[in-house]
Amino acid sequence: MRIEVLGSGCAKCKLLAERAEEAANNLGLAFTLVKVTDYPDIVARGVMSTPGLVVDGVVKSQGHVPSVAALQDILR
Amino acid sequence: MADWLAFRVLGLQPGSRLGEAVAFFAYDGPKVLLLLGLVVLGVSFVQTFISPERTRDLLAQRTGAWSNLLAALLGIATPFCSCSAVPLFIGFVRVGVPLGATFSFLVSAPMVNEVALFLLLSLFGWRITLVYAMTGVAVAFLSGWVIGKLRMESHLEPWVMEIPFEPSVATAGPSGLSARLAVSAEAARDILAKVGIYILVGIAVGAFLHGYVPAEFMVRFMGKSAWWSVPLAVLIGVPLYANAAGIIPIVQVLLAKGAALGTTLAFMMAVTGLSLPESVILRKVMRPTLLAIFLGVVAVGIVLVGFLFNVLM
Repeated sequence: MRIEVLGSGCAKCKLLAERAEEAANNLGLAFTLVKVTDYPDIVARGVMSTPGLVVDGVVKSQGHVPSVAALQDILR
Repeated sequence: MADWLAFRVLGLQPGSRLGEAVAFFAYDGPKVLLLLGLVVLGVSFVQTFISPERTRDLLAQRTGAWSNLLAALLGIATPFCSCSAVPLFIGFVRVGVPLGATFSFLVSAPMVNEVALFLLLSLFGWRITLVYAMTGVAVAFLSGWVIGKLRMESHLEPWVMEIPFEPSVATAGPSGLSARLAVSAEAARDILAKVGIYILVGIAVGAFLHGYVPAEFMVRFMGKSAWWSVPLAVLIGVPLYANAAGIIPIVQVLLAKGAALGTTLAFMMAVTGLSLPESVILRKVMRPTLLAIFLGVVAVGIVLVGFLFNVLM
């Protein structure tokens, strides 16, 4: 599973990356987590409000940081 | 309570400069923070129902002056963080939102935001709030309209229109009551932690002004008779960066000390609406000419608002 966290490096983006990692670990998933920080790359994924979460190429959340529990639902 | 802290506990003299400053600080700090926490909680909850994607889609089919007005109004309610100004800008422009309307949104969103309006309302009453909201929307509307008329599309950085782009749909927000509540509670906590410092610094500056700067000084430099104070206030305010919550304690003191309403409003708009960090971010999507025109047009609009209110009130 490829988890991408989109954002130019604001505090919320870091928080999302931490939580996504925690959620994926809780589920025992095999995953790689990538931080996408360049604007062209963020825009190319169709995300307008950061932080954004993209899982295997699909935008799962944007503009807010879901809780770890909500992230587990997303990743499951 | 605040008087008790300043005059009894710290043993400062009532009427002394430091004493009055501390009393002011102790009274305003908790009040403003509590108010802000409640406001952000409520507003963030409502905002989980509004997304920039929906705003974008509403604007995409419009043209002409209406698109600017609608963009300026939607800017009030749409959640916006200057850290995502670039992806938002591109997202708007690429789905066909007119460039002018995009600018109207970009001006109105940080300047006339809901947090600013609620704080203004609770501290200064509905008249000043209404004046601020209406003139803020007017500045956003007009500056976007002017930029639209100037046809500046060719002054965007080429990559903005060239990179592969796929518009996202507005389905990725929080859904379900508990998720919405969790997001709002976190937003309130976040803003308090981040903005709390700002507010405290703002109140400290305010308290200093309150305790140390004589009212005659303020009337002379920021009063109605000093016409040049409006452009000066804007010039000082533009590079400064503070969000609306941080600037309000300072505004409170300026008004109480006899600064003219127009001058004070202009200062607040310049600080919240335009900033150096945001300009640096926006430079990535637009060429210097367009950035300069954007800053210039908005600054002129704000100065006009300041003059207008100093003449009217």
